[in-house]
Amino acid sequence: MKIGAPKETFEGEARVAMTPDSALQLQKIGHTCFIEAGAGLAAGFTDAAYEAAGVTLVNTAADLFEQVDVVVKVRPPSTTEAGQLRNAQTLISLFYPAQSTDLLELCRHQGATVIAMDMVPRISRAQKMDALSSMANIAGYRAVIEAGNNFGRFFTGQITAAGKVPPAKVLVIGAGVAGLAAIGTATSLGAITYAFDVRPEVAEQIESMGAQFVYLEFEPTQDGAATGGYAAPSSPEFREKQLARFRELAPEVDIVITTALIPGRPAPKLWLEDMVQAMKPGSVIVDLAAERGGNCDLTVQDQKVVTDNGVTIIGYTDFPSRMAAQASTLYSNNIRHFLADLTPKKDGVIVHNMEDDVIRGATVTHEGAITYPPPPPKVQAISAAQPKEKPKELTPAEKRAQEAAAFRSQTRTQVGLLALGGLLIALVGAYAPASFMSHLIVFALACFVGFQVIWNVSHSLHTPLMAVTNAISGIIVLGALLQVGSGNWLVVSLAAVSILIATINLVGGFLVTRRMLAMFQKS
Amino acid sequence: MSFGIISAVYLAAAILFILSLGGLSGQESAKRAVWYGIAGMGLAVGATVFGPGIGSYAVIAVMLVVGSVIGWYVAKRVEMTQMPQLVAALHSFVGLAAVFIGFNADLELGRVVALDEASRGALTGFAGVLAHKSGAEIAILRVEVFLGVFIGAVTFTGSVVAFGKLAGKVDGKARKLPGGHALNAGAALLSLVLGLLYFNDFGIWTLVLMTALAFFIGYHLIMGIGGADMPVVVSMLNSYSGWAAAAIGFTLGNDLLIVTGALVGSSGAILSYIMCRAMNRSFISVILGGFGTTTGSTMTITGEQIAIDVQGVVAALEDADSIIIVPGYGMAVAQAQQSVSELTRKLRARGKEVRFAIHPVAGRLPGHMNVLLAEAKVPYDLVLEMDEINEDFPSTDVVIVIGSNDIVNPAAQEDPTSPIAGMPVLEVWKAKQVFVSKRGQGTGYSGIENPLFYKENTSMFYGDAKASIDQLVQAI
Repeated sequence: MKIGAPKETFEGEARVAMTPDSALQLQKIGHTCFIEAGAGLAAGFTDAAYEAAGVTLVNTAADLFEQVDVVVKVRPPSTTEAGQLRNAQTLISLFYPAQSTDLLELCRHQGATVIAMDMVPRISRAQKMDALSSMANIAGYRAVIEAGNNFGRFFTGQITAAGKVPPAKVLVIGAGVAGLAAIGTATSLGAITYAFDVRPEVAEQIESMGAQFVYLEFEPTQDGAATGGYAAPSSPEFREKQLARFRELAPEVDIVITTALIPGRPAPKLWLEDMVQAMKPGSVIVDLAAERGGNCDLTVQDQKVVTDNGVTIIGYTDFPSRMAAQASTLYSNNIRHFLADLTPKKDGVIVHNMEDDVIRGATVTHEGAITYPPPPPKVQAISAAQPKEKPKELTPAEKRAQEAAAFRSQTRTQVGLLALGGLLIALVGAYAPASFMSHLIVFALACFVGFQVIWNVSHSLHTPLMAVTNAISGIIVLGALLQVGSGNWLVVSLAAVSILIATINLVGGFLVTRRMLAMFQKS
Repeated sequence: MSFGIISAVYLAAAILFILSLGGLSGQESAKRAVWYGIAGMGLAVGATVFGPGIGSYAVIAVMLVVGSVIGWYVAKRVEMTQMPQLVAALHSFVGLAAVFIGFNADLELGRVVALDEASRGALTGFAGVLAHKSGAEIAILRVEVFLGVFIGAVTFTGSVVAFGKLAGKVDGKARKLPGGHALNAGAALLSLVLGLLYFNDFGIWTLVLMTALAFFIGYHLIMGIGGADMPVVVSMLNSYSGWAAAAIGFTLGNDLLIVTGALVGSSGAILSYIMCRAMNRSFISVILGGFGTTTGSTMTITGEQIAIDVQGVVAALEDADSIIIVPGYGMAVAQAQQSVSELTRKLRARGKEVRFAIHPVAGRLPGHMNVLLAEAKVPYDLVLEMDEINEDFPSTDVVIVIGSNDIVNPAAQEDPTSPIAGMPVLEVWKAKQVFVSKRGQGTGYSGIENPLFYKENTSMFYGDAKASIDQLVQAI
């Protein structure tokens, strides 16, 4: 199939959906690649580099749309671009189908198949094509760099001859991919990093990145993991608690990076005006949710503003584009992986398998129909947080009934065994002499005691136990002692040998046990 | 000493023995428990020696002293790695003593029966006891003698073979004469016939012949059991020696012997049962020697074993926060426990969490690894059982497997046709990285290929366990 990437038409967009490297990989699975001249320039990929990678240059976007079977893009298509799509052509780009129903309808009307990279389901298998994550990762990194750029001090604490520098304190709100990337970048720059998320189960991830999780004293009512790894809107009480905690932190922190987004809703307001007022002059807020209204009250989309009290608020929405080379490399790889999944035989023939969870999930129009929203994926995105203690709550009556049943069956077996044993003993007793019976009683009781005692012996002491029982079995020496006084020489000599070997066993066994046990010690 | 006092002393001894066994439930109380055992034994022997009807004091004194010296010497000299064979060897003594005492009882009985009324009344001690027995009692006595000798004889040869296998003097593989189980069953049946003849007064030759057969059964039974099952065997033999003592106790009408024999017998039996459960094997099939003969797994293993050098292991250890060491018989063979202990100390000094995972049947004796690690002064609270630690493997950075094989074999869980299928194993392969210290590419004692060695996160650290660990200790 012919795959082509046009130059992005969106104002200021520097990324490109195909790099020379990804083109090489695409050719390996049987595709031919096209690119609009100059498409990669803003991201630092020259036309010459594309040509060297075997990509055919096309002069205009219109020509490109004409020639290729699959159009790959970064931003959602403009209406002009969408109008150029033709029947059975495939478009792969970020699309945001929920917010752009008109565009979706237009693409359907053109008969094109649209694969929205932002709709790739968040399952393990699809991670390699998860463009949102790869872009969020860049945004998180860039957010810290932008903050640093606007922050007048070091991140790391230093004690120098010229004076002491306190470390910067960074608060990251929302520990998704962007949040975690921001945490990682901030900690590696040396800042003291705090992080907050409404999903308590990400505390471990946050701590693994080197930040401190900001705990709220609150019982979570909703399981954030159930919604595909995205946070769900929290309850009013929760929100109050959360804001109160932020208010406490506001005067302390130097840099706030907010990344909180709820799918399909405007960004929640988490950093209110009074918190901005409470911050120290020179502090920086980077609002990664600016595109969706911002987490901060004072955020202005696509702009950097400085408040009266000297707090810089950055509302850029093009963080990935600000690192176009890196972002293009990652994004083009996401696209390449998706195309590899669409080309199962690696022969350049695209098979649009709507049974596949990933392909189905990302496809928003197909064969003249809108296929958004997709059915829920068959594979759960993240394993739900393990419920802490949820053994089936039995009603007291059920529990009693169960216990009673167990008790009855136990009683039955025990009584059965006792009856059987008793019968056997009675049978023996009927024929055996009294002296034997008294010994038998002793014997049976001793077996019982042994049985009860041994179950409690700890496993690590099994060797000493064997050594002790072995030593104790040397008690057989008593038998030999009783016989050695006989008048028969053979009896005497056999008994003598028995005493000898039993004594070896006895003394050796006890001493070696003592030696062993003396070695056990606590740390 | 009167009979009453002796009974009282016996009672005290019996209680001391029970306390001694019960005290082994914890490391600290165990130290006291041994003294209870020793005190009980001292009381029992003392009371018997100074009781009525005992003669030949000179012989007794000589034998006790010589036996004590030998026992003391053996206990001092034995290496902790040789514990399994020592215990096996000691069992054989009890078995042999039981055989002798059983024969003595029969000889004595013959002598007493031959005497006339008047001289019978004059008899004291054991002969005196025999002299007062009625017909029925004598019949029962014969059953007891028969049982005592039979069990004693099986214990004797069985223990000798077990000793040979554990000490490496006899090949550890399961071996059977042609006929296998049928041969054992035949011998047992023949013994029973001889027993019936013996009960009906056919003379002592029946007893002698039966003993020979029992010797053969003991030998053949244990030869048929593979080396990997030796922990169960040793514990079974321990149990047998107890039952033999109890049978002799019945013969001699001595309650202390009965009590102690029963204690030892039941404890050994339960211990064997616990171990069989740990290996997910049928108790019956192990004691009848049914296991250990299967060779090779039917599952084909793909991949290759990747070797790693000292530097590689050291680098991984330095990066790791949590480390679990899984020792096995190989560590005992190579006497590597001191080196392992040194490695543990060094790693712990660097703030790493080091723990030991002990499989219930690691080594050749139950609790074998615990004793070795204790000898090397590894604190016992670092040493955990399988059930305690199995869940922790997924969160562990590095696992070092030292000379164990079958107990870390994932085939037990993954391959239903494997001979060890269903046996609980340490799930080391779930850790991030596994190093296996091993002498070569051979299979374990059960002769089963181990897919663990072919897993991607497993690296083979070839070489003698002690030498390998010493290198690690120096490099870290």
